[in-house]
Amino acid sequence: MQPYERRSVWDAISAAGDLSGRFLCGTEKVIFLAELMRGTSLTGRAESLRGRSVLLRTRDQLASALAILELDGIVRRMVLCPPDLKIEDLRYVAEAVEADAIVCDGTIAEDLSGLGTLVPCGTELMSGACERGAAQATEWILLTSGTTGRPKMVVHTLATLGMTVESSVAHQRPVWCTFYDIRRYGGLCIFLRAVLGGDSMVLSSVGEPPASLLERAGAHGVTHMTGTPSHWRQTIMSPAARLISPPYLRMSGEIADQAILDRAREFYQANVAHAFASTEAGVGFVVNDGLAGFPAAWAGTTHVEVDIKVEDGSLLLRSRRVALRYIGSQSDVRRADGYVDTGDMVELQGDRYNYAGRRDGTINVGGNKIHPEEVEAVLQTHPRIRMALVRARKSSITGALVSAEVVLEKDPCCAEERTKLQDELLQFCRGVLPRHKVPAIIRIVSELPVAVTGKIARRDA
Amino acid sequence: MSVRSVVIRQFELVAKQQNIGLAPLADDPFLLDSGLDSLCLAVVVAGLEDELSVDPFNAAVPESRLPVTVGDFVQINEDAVSKHA
Repeated sequence: MQPYERRSVWDAISAAGDLSGRFLCGTEKVIFLAELMRGTSLTGRAESLRGRSVLLRTRDQLASALAILELDGIVRRMVLCPPDLKIEDLRYVAEAVEADAIVCDGTIAEDLSGLGTLVPCGTELMSGACERGAAQATEWILLTSGTTGRPKMVVHTLATLGMTVESSVAHQRPVWCTFYDIRRYGGLCIFLRAVLGGDSMVLSSVGEPPASLLERAGAHGVTHMTGTPSHWRQTIMSPAARLISPPYLRMSGEIADQAILDRAREFYQANVAHAFASTEAGVGFVVNDGLAGFPAAWAGTTHVEVDIKVEDGSLLLRSRRVALRYIGSQSDVRRADGYVDTGDMVELQGDRYNYAGRRDGTINVGGNKIHPEEVEAVLQTHPRIRMALVRARKSSITGALVSAEVVLEKDPCCAEERTKLQDELLQFCRGVLPRHKVPAIIRIVSELPVAVTGKIARRDA
Repeated sequence: MSVRSVVIRQFELVAKQQNIGLAPLADDPFLLDSGLDSLCLAVVVAGLEDELSVDPFNAAVPESRLPVTVGDFVQINEDAVSKHA
């Protein structure tokens, strides 16, 4: 039986054999997997959540990891809340998933009233019996950003999430680490890859400087490390880069260009792979040949249990890793033929397909996805702005940046006023939007390009 | 204006926009210890591309390299501008 076919993550860990020395490392604590046999991080209250719908809202990733291991197979639904989920969105999600309880650690300082029974969790294990008897396949709910501004709720199960894609480097005692947050799809897959195999993992922390994560990863002998190409560019620029020497690196979450693949391989003398995955489509494939894009020959075939095809320039995937459905949305994750349209555009160049951005114009800044419409809507609430157009500008550091062009109600009289207004608009955006969504450049223009359809032409800057 | 002064002015501009305190910009300090993170650095590089018409970190540039220190960053831009001229 494969680990993902077990009734719960805990069942799989228990069956993984010798767990001695295997650990989960947080910023302040290291928990050995074997300790989990004898303790609870939920003050023994997991049993009271049996069959319930539960929100998991912690600041600390290790606290989330421990709660997941205790709740999977027990609760009906488990919603993994990313750390930047706004309280109003949390309330929206709670209602949609019919939440009965919210599990949170001591570091959450917000009003959680009305969201169900509050169950404290943490990274301290309380000794005592912990039932962990899996009785049902828990629905894992992952949140992604939606074009409406509200998070989309994507339903997975252990079976869809836990089907691993093997690394090209076998290691006797793998230690995994990722720059990603395990409350999102990319990070969660790495977490499950580690624990289902009874391996160790170093978890990052919200707001932790990259150098600190590299130091912890290095101290624990990381062997397999994953992040976006932007994470790896940043790592190579960091004085802490030499604190790790993993034999295997993987990139995903944004387009991996040839330069960063080559740099990472030369810098670490490591096997460097890049993967395509999305919350809805699951992990599509891993490219191990060191080249950007993927072999054109894969299109129209089944590659490692995934059907891959390219239609109208879009990448389509069909596999057992695809999410089951959305909650709170009428739209289907997959088409009638089972394929998920990833919305990622690819172009045939020689014998490779190379990625060419998103069909819907979504901007990817270092792995953070931004819908241009959201930023335009913010800009257009400013009294001086008549119209705004937001699009991607290529960046050699973060893949892309947000670039805005605005048409004003009344043009500024002089260059000085123009500069002052640009600063004012930037500060205005900064007050409303998270950092990565704030335009890097705001240009004041007299008109915006209009396509033949009459809509504003949204092509990359 | 020298490439160095253009680079330093961009650092200061971005730091001011992002309300970040900037460490003194000598050559030796590591770039990511200057106070600017990779997002800030991306904005600096975009600003420099507009002003100097070069992006020396572009993946398409043969033998391009990533800077580690502030001095590297200035040097790579200076080299790119002199090649472009």
